[in-house]
Amino acid sequence: MLDFLLFGALPYVALAVMLIGSIYRYTKNGFQVSSLSSQFLEGRQLFFGSQFFHWGMIMLFLGHLIGFLIPSAVLAWNGDPVRLLVLEFSAFGFALSSLIGILLLIKRRLTTKRIQMVSNNMDYVVYAVILVQIISGLAVAYYGRWGSNWFASVMTPYLRSVFAFNPNVDVIAQLSTSNEMALLMVKTHITSAFVIIGIIPFTRFVHFLVAPVDYIWRKYQLVIWNWNNKEIRNSRNYFPGKSRDFRNN
Amino acid sequence: MNVRSQISMVFHLDKCIGCHTCSVACKNIWTDRKGAEYMWWNNVETKPGTGYPTKWEDQDIYQGGWVKNGDTVSLKGAGKLKGLKNIFHNPNMPVLDDYYEPWAYRYQDLFDAPEGNDQPIGRAVSLITGEPMEIQAGPNWDDDLSGTPDYARQDVNFKHLSKAEQEAMFQLEKMTFHYLPRICNHCLNPACVGSCPSGALYKRGEDGVVLINQERCRAWRMCVTACPYKKSYYNWNTGKSEKCVLCYPRLESAQAPACMHSCVGRIRYLGVMLYDADQIQAVASCDESQIVDRHLGIYLDPHDPAVIKAAKINGIADSTIKAAQNSPVYKFVKEWKIALPLHPEFRTLPNLFYVPPLLPAMASVSEDGKYDTVSEHLLTGVEKLRVPIRYLSSLFTAGNDQKVVDVFKRLHAVRVSRRNTTVKDVSESQLNSVMNDAGIDVHMANAIFRLTSLATFEERFVIPAAHREEAIEMLENTGDYKGSTGFGFKEKPARGL
Repeated sequence: MLDFLLFGALPYVALAVMLIGSIYRYTKNGFQVSSLSSQFLEGRQLFFGSQFFHWGMIMLFLGHLIGFLIPSAVLAWNGDPVRLLVLEFSAFGFALSSLIGILLLIKRRLTTKRIQMVSNNMDYVVYAVILVQIISGLAVAYYGRWGSNWFASVMTPYLRSVFAFNPNVDVIAQLSTSNEMALLMVKTHITSAFVIIGIIPFTRFVHFLVAPVDYIWRKYQLVIWNWNNKEIRNSRNYFPGKSRDFRNN
Repeated sequence: MNVRSQISMVFHLDKCIGCHTCSVACKNIWTDRKGAEYMWWNNVETKPGTGYPTKWEDQDIYQGGWVKNGDTVSLKGAGKLKGLKNIFHNPNMPVLDDYYEPWAYRYQDLFDAPEGNDQPIGRAVSLITGEPMEIQAGPNWDDDLSGTPDYARQDVNFKHLSKAEQEAMFQLEKMTFHYLPRICNHCLNPACVGSCPSGALYKRGEDGVVLINQERCRAWRMCVTACPYKKSYYNWNTGKSEKCVLCYPRLESAQAPACMHSCVGRIRYLGVMLYDADQIQAVASCDESQIVDRHLGIYLDPHDPAVIKAAKINGIADSTIKAAQNSPVYKFVKEWKIALPLHPEFRTLPNLFYVPPLLPAMASVSEDGKYDTVSEHLLTGVEKLRVPIRYLSSLFTAGNDQKVVDVFKRLHAVRVSRRNTTVKDVSESQLNSVMNDAGIDVHMANAIFRLTSLATFEERFVIPAAHREEAIEMLENTGDYKGSTGFGFKEKPARGL
């Protein structure tokens, strides 16, 4: 029953809350969609914490994404033991980097008075779930070798069944392993992952939904007109209205 | 020709008395809020000095502005690659201590202190943490402190001056300083807009005011780095950047911005300039020796029929064209050529021009130890100036001394011409040689004199109102904000949920 709740129901609750909550927050409360940087108040400690954490996280996210999208490629890559070890060790390294980063960030928040002034309760919730996520991920890699193979062959079918609205809970529930610890950690890792997705709209996590990807192809200068300046002098057009197009320089 | 209109400004530095009335007027309207206490969208600095934030002009530290990159420009410390690479930690961003930690005093302690032998005091408490603090610096702690080691000697502009020239500026008898009021330049090629990863910053088409969309700002902080004038500020409470809005709600109803309206010395002028937007890239990326000329060349003659025609095709209103023809800024910058941009080498094409300070105290201690103030020397010429031209050219012309000298010759000629009119002790040959040297005639001298010292409010601020009959609202629906403080937040500026 617990397995069904965690792996059959929680994913949908989390995804629904994330989608509805994020859209609501973006449209109704756009002002509050921000990364809430605190670098202005404290810059030095942030450097190591933030860089270690974010770059580790981005690499891990991309790794999970590849395992989800093209599991066959991961399995093919892992066919050679050397390549398997390279993948496992680098993934473990990125996780360690994230762990060190988040610990530095937690220390910074707890010990800097200025940062305390801009902290709210959800910031600590965020730290808690991220810590659980990183530590359980490291434990999976340590106890349940080899995680990359396992992800591609078990986790990807499960995730795909979730997105096909036919969750195959048994894959997780009946995961037969001699290692109790590995199973516990896998379940923790999956559960906390969905918790993270679910709390996106209520925390500073919203900032990764508005990651500035479009900056890469945008022109540098933006000029916005309140009205269509070519039409404004045309008296036949009674209400030229305002044009909010992003006209590039 | 792609004609656009731009609200531009001229600050006459010889008239600035450094009273900070502009700063206080701005603060009372816009930045008297939590998270914005440290911000001074308008600030007044003493030059030589380090300014606010400390050493803002040193782009080796802050990496602001654009750099020439072939026939285009690229951002020095931000941009697509550098900006996204540094998004998790921006190494060139000034932090609170580079400005100052804002504080208040516990005045209530003066009343509540128990009776005793000691005088009660109101301690300073930080406006960030609320804890008692030792005050380290304020926004204008370089005020009038020219010559001091902490401020004047740290001035970034001294890197172009020889050791002897620097020392001369610090001697008590020869010391010189002037004030430098600064607001956002509302540049033609704004580095802040170019650096914003989420596209929150933009330039308004109608009047060229550069704004930050608070709903789109995501606190990536790149504008703070990219603005070489450090006029984009990060609000630590809301997690959004803010900057000077040139009091656009006032501009739209043809009122002067608060800092300009309140200016005691009447040093400020504001008006419309028409410019050719097609030239922006070419001008911004030209050779540094030409940057001042090319920059001033981008502004178009509002009396030229071809310009008027092109302006109408671009939808610029008749009232705006008329305002451009009466613009005091156009007179200072283009007709009289006595106003220069601040640090044009940052390549943002700023729209705020300064009449450099002639610093009329031209008298100084002569070789034999006499303090020489006779009028003969007062009118001798710009060679006798106490301030090194090289210092001013570092501020206003990217190191071109001749440009500053040309301006000074004109300002000097105006003085000689007026003295000839009022005191009548100038010989005709002297008058003619000064006027010819400066390239102006008596009419122009009188016009400069009038707009400098006698101008009325309407002559100093020529602002076309926004045409609300054609666009019911500009960017903000002002009705929504009626009754609230200024254009404050519609929702509580909480940090996340």
